[in-house]
Amino acid sequence: MHLDVRIPIGLMFAVFGVMLAAYGLISDPEIYKRSLGLNLNLWWGLALLVFGALMLGLAWRARGRESSASPGTEPPPRG
Amino acid sequence: MQIHLAGIDYAILIVYFLFVLGIGWALKRYMRTSTDFFLSGRAIPAWITGLAFISANLGAQEVIGMGASGAKYGIMTSHFYWVGAIPAMVFVGIFMMPFYYGSKARSVPEYLKLRFDEKTRGFNAISFAVMTVFSSGISMYALAKLLELLLGWDFNFSILISAIIVLVYIFLGGLTSAIYNEVLQFFLIVLGFLPLVFLGLKDAGGWAGLQAKLQVVAASQHNPAGAPYASGAWSDSWQHMGSAALNPMGVEWFGMVMGLGFVLSFGYWCTDFLVVQRAMAADSMSAARRTPLIAALPKMFFPFLVILPGMIAIALTYQTGATGFKLPAKDGSFDYDMAVPMMLGHYFPSGLLGLGLTALMASFMSGMAGNVTAFNTVWTYDIYQSYIRPGQSDEHYLWMGRMATVFGIAISVACAYVAKQFNNIMDVLQLVFAFVNAPLFATFLLGMFWRRATGHGAFFGLLFGTVAAALHHGLTSSVGAATLFKGGWLGDVLHRYPSEMAQNFRTAIIAWTVCFLATILISLATRANKSEEELKGLVYSLTPRPKEEGVPWFKQPAILGVVVLVMTVVLNIIFW
Repeated sequence: MHLDVRIPIGLMFAVFGVMLAAYGLISDPEIYKRSLGLNLNLWWGLALLVFGALMLGLAWRARGRESSASPGTEPPPRG
Repeated sequence: MQIHLAGIDYAILIVYFLFVLGIGWALKRYMRTSTDFFLSGRAIPAWITGLAFISANLGAQEVIGMGASGAKYGIMTSHFYWVGAIPAMVFVGIFMMPFYYGSKARSVPEYLKLRFDEKTRGFNAISFAVMTVFSSGISMYALAKLLELLLGWDFNFSILISAIIVLVYIFLGGLTSAIYNEVLQFFLIVLGFLPLVFLGLKDAGGWAGLQAKLQVVAASQHNPAGAPYASGAWSDSWQHMGSAALNPMGVEWFGMVMGLGFVLSFGYWCTDFLVVQRAMAADSMSAARRTPLIAALPKMFFPFLVILPGMIAIALTYQTGATGFKLPAKDGSFDYDMAVPMMLGHYFPSGLLGLGLTALMASFMSGMAGNVTAFNTVWTYDIYQSYIRPGQSDEHYLWMGRMATVFGIAISVACAYVAKQFNNIMDVLQLVFAFVNAPLFATFLLGMFWRRATGHGAFFGLLFGTVAAALHHGLTSSVGAATLFKGGWLGDVLHRYPSEMAQNFRTAIIAWTVCFLATILISLATRANKSEEELKGLVYSLTPRPKEEGVPWFKQPAILGVVVLVMTVVLNIIFW
């Protein structure tokens, strides 16, 4: 369809990932007592960044495939 | 306990709001016809409609309610998924979707009109429209109250901001916008709650440690008769269901399988337009049939995401873990509804806390958007176009859909305030909805698989089923029921169930049976009101089987359905 939903999803999680990881680097280690001593902001932030990048990658690949298909052809009738 | 948010938490919440609104704005220019607005032009791939299918149902009440049940009843709560939702989702995908999608009906009530008659459609459309608006109002109230309690946010502010954001993105982008946002929200809910499950399990000493701690919980609590539970009552899903007295839920296996599994879950997943609408937006018959099956794959693992935190919460309360988590007390018991929110506040540092709260907000918004998009469609097509102003231009109905979005949300907001004033009114309403909903699945089953079922049969069958549900509820009660909303309002109590849930399951079974039998008897006594030609595509025996040619094997609905069911059976056995 017109807007690939993976683009906003990928972007949002990439932004979240960067925000959390950066916060994990600068924040006071004291706050990680509650998360059982783990700096989850850093690690989960990196995980979200990877997830976001993956989504963007999938969207980018799908776009490449679409533009290589013959442009201007009508989609097959639905239903 | 109040949770304090840092700047980073607010920043995450704001980024989320911007993306949600951005999606609506980006889709605005594609909304040209009413079909675009209400049905997404029937052009969405199956994996997207599939994820939206779960997300629309995944309101904040599910996240919070399932966590609460996990704490209160333990792993038996997973029956809502492994007995209830999953088999019903497979059934709707394989057997019912061909009629919903193939009939070209634009809504579930419209299917009833094509299959039966105008009065059956009217009954369903009006009760559904009222129901969706009220339930989104109730969940809005629940969220605002929670945020007030947890974060000290102003009640009015919470209501206003959530209502406005949902309004804007649906007003701009219609169903497509709701569906796209539901997919975004799905990932947010999963990725926001996973760290909670991880930390909770780690604190409880893994699954084995959790099981040991839950034995303490089982030994410390007792059933209404005063006997203690078996040690595995919180960690075995089936072993203690021989009789209602053995498990904390107070339900025996028959009531569970028939009441929850067959009647309530099939009734909800197979006939509720809120979820069926997502599948109707799919780009082909094959994709529509795959929608609930794709949804079932992640859905079957949701107990680990939403029920497990509740189980961990109760386990740690009885035998404190490394960081000493405690459920707050309330009225001589625990405040179970606070299990998940308190866990978030307890384990998540600033940053992650923002993500967790955003996930909670997301679950709330996806649930509300689901209600609103279903409402505006049923209102515009089944009420406005049918009874108020038929024969207008498509542009007019598109405009009406946008207006319906506005006043649907406005009524929801009003309901939230009514709920704040009179808690009991909401209890009454939810009760009435339960009566209306319980028999519905019998009507659809007969409509789709028995060509002789007639319009009069369907309508009066539904009516009698609803009345039977009300009568049963009025004549029975449950142990510990304090108010008349819990039953017994017809004076004499004929039977007392061990729990409210057991009573509800039995009400559903009776409503379904009465509707099923009444529809058959009345249909046989009345003349068929539709010719065979008219019923083509609507009834099983008169519809050619959908062919899945050129679809690779892993996309075949039948194969996917079998895979889903086998996986569900395995899960049931593992946690037996």
